Amino acid sequence: MALTQKQTRWLLLTPAGLWYAALLLLPLAVVLIFSFGERNAVGGYAPGFTFEQYANLPARFAAFRNTMTLAPLGTLAALLIAYPLAYFLAVKVSSRWKTTLLVLVIVPFWTSILIRSYAWIFLLGGRGIPALFDWVGIEGVRLINTPFAVLIGIVYGYLPLMVFPIYVALEKLDKQLLEAAADLGTPPWRSFLQITLPLSMPGVLTGTMLVFILLMGEFLIPAILGGGKVFFVGNALVDLFLQSRNWAFGSAVAVALVVIMLIVVTLYGRLARRFSVGRDDVGLM
Amino acid sequence: MTGHIGNRPGDETVAEFVETTKRFGPVLAADRLSFRIRRGEFLSFLGPSGCGKTTALRMLAGFEAPTEGQILIDGQEMGATPAYRRPVNMVFQQYALFPHMTVAQNIGYGLRQRRPRMAKAEIAAKVENALAMVRLTEFGNRRIWEMSGGQQQRVALARAIVNEPKILLLDEPMAALDAKLRAEMQRELLDLQRSLGITFVLVTHDQEEALSMSDRICIMGKGRIAQIGTPLELYDQPANRYVADFVGRANILSGQIVSREGGMARIALPGGRDVVVRAPAGDTRKDVEIAVRPEALGLASASDQIPDGHTVLPAEVTRRTFLGDHIEYLLRSADLGPLQVLVPRQAERAMRGHDVGARLHVIWAPGAGLMLGAED
Repeated sequence: MALTQKQTRWLLLTPAGLWYAALLLLPLAVVLIFSFGERNAVGGYAPGFTFEQYANLPARFAAFRNTMTLAPLGTLAALLIAYPLAYFLAVKVSSRWKTTLLVLVIVPFWTSILIRSYAWIFLLGGRGIPALFDWVGIEGVRLINTPFAVLIGIVYGYLPLMVFPIYVALEKLDKQLLEAAADLGTPPWRSFLQITLPLSMPGVLTGTMLVFILLMGEFLIPAILGGGKVFFVGNALVDLFLQSRNWAFGSAVAVALVVIMLIVVTLYGRLARRFSVGRDDVGLM
Repeated sequence: MTGHIGNRPGDETVAEFVETTKRFGPVLAADRLSFRIRRGEFLSFLGPSGCGKTTALRMLAGFEAPTEGQILIDGQEMGATPAYRRPVNMVFQQYALFPHMTVAQNIGYGLRQRRPRMAKAEIAAKVENALAMVRLTEFGNRRIWEMSGGQQQRVALARAIVNEPKILLLDEPMAALDAKLRAEMQRELLDLQRSLGITFVLVTHDQEEALSMSDRICIMGKGRIAQIGTPLELYDQPANRYVADFVGRANILSGQIVSREGGMARIALPGGRDVVVRAPAGDTRKDVEIAVRPEALGLASASDQIPDGHTVLPAEVTRRTFLGDHIEYLLRSADLGPLQVLVPRQAERAMRGHDVGARLHVIWAPGAGLMLGAED
């Protein structure tokens, strides 16, 4: 039996549609409903309709503040470190070394983030880098369990996610455009600002978006390197759902996080569209 | 001498290559190139891919530094001058237009790079003028990807000429266009060159393009200059077999010099027949190659009268191709192998029996061919 074009379209969309409905929309709906409920006396969820949980949100202000400062900061730091690296890999390295170096960028992904973060506990702990500072005469440096430690962990863990989109954008850049710029009287540093940077913006936007969204939901790195002192919204959620079993409040915190994320991503997308050149295959947003 | 009319090129030199050599590792891309580019001329580098023509152009632009030798522009040695400080501009093969800028922004790009800065109003006026020159006045605010291939090419042209370069470099700019658009673009380019009086240096592998547009052509092969001259010189007096073969079509035969007289030589061909050909003086070889253009040969039926002094080469027709105003014959001679003859349609009407398999006489008038110099 031949399918009409409409039937084909529905058939193609069905698997993904079911997946999203069952695993995204349904849980979201559940969370939304729970957020208006109450805490059961023995923990968990008791049905109800109250804004009490939302009114209580300021109780988790510190978690939101930490997430909203360290996620953008971490994204920015990762960008500042990733861009030169991606530029080096895409433009300066001979093709002979390129593959090797690209593999090196993803090698850290071969072990679990958990193990890698634990390694940082030792590096940042009393007998690690602070001991070095001690040795050169700078005493009393404390790194572990500070926001700075969390920032280091974030940049370390998410760097490859930032490097690759930027690398791809730079790699795709037609090198003849730089020759054209030089031919028209532009010294190299200026052609970087006028040609390379604007044309690599799609990669920058993809990379920052990717890292930022994942960072907003991060809980492992703050848990390990923040030592309970620097906690993210993710940590608050873990606590509310698994420890204090206040599902209703946890749901409200989760909804708030999603709303904040939607607002930030939308605003950023708007900004991005202004930067991107408007061409379909260059702009990603 | 100041005899040139209008913008026709004179003898004044605008750029010069002096023993310029470029090596890429073990590859000799340009081998001791020495020539002058005359102010206002349309010079083409012609040759197959890998002959060094693009390398020569890129060295002139400043994208490649010569390994040895010099390049002078307006008498100034360019050795250490980076591309962005050279008074030349290039039209790239793939146009290399900036995708994040409009058509007008692309065209004004070079002017905006000037230091001290050029006034905004002046830039706008020049861009407007350039847009008009390439007939794109209405398209200034368009995005590059909204333009067709032919339009993009004109943007690339405008982006280069708006800077009033001393030399405009064109790297196979017509290669990506279809045949009709290419012919149109060639005409426009030529008009533009004549009206602006800017020196054009074109790199191409299309001999028709080079022959029809250039004041002079530099034929290149294997990194060296095979011959440099006007299209007519190259066609009528190719210096060697490479040039004779590359420019137009030619029958190339080997023979031995029997005698020389003035600018002519009598050559004995295999099979015992003699032909009289033009011969440059000073060549003392005995075994030589001669070239004769297909249209310089004639065809006659076996029974026709042959004028005195003409050589007759019997041959069998192996293919006859109708080309419109001309008929192309491929023939086979028992002694000389394949021969091509181009017969005007009018002349063919007088002949009898010219189908495939027919035995005809190829007629070689004295002086129709040329003795080729040795290839170095």
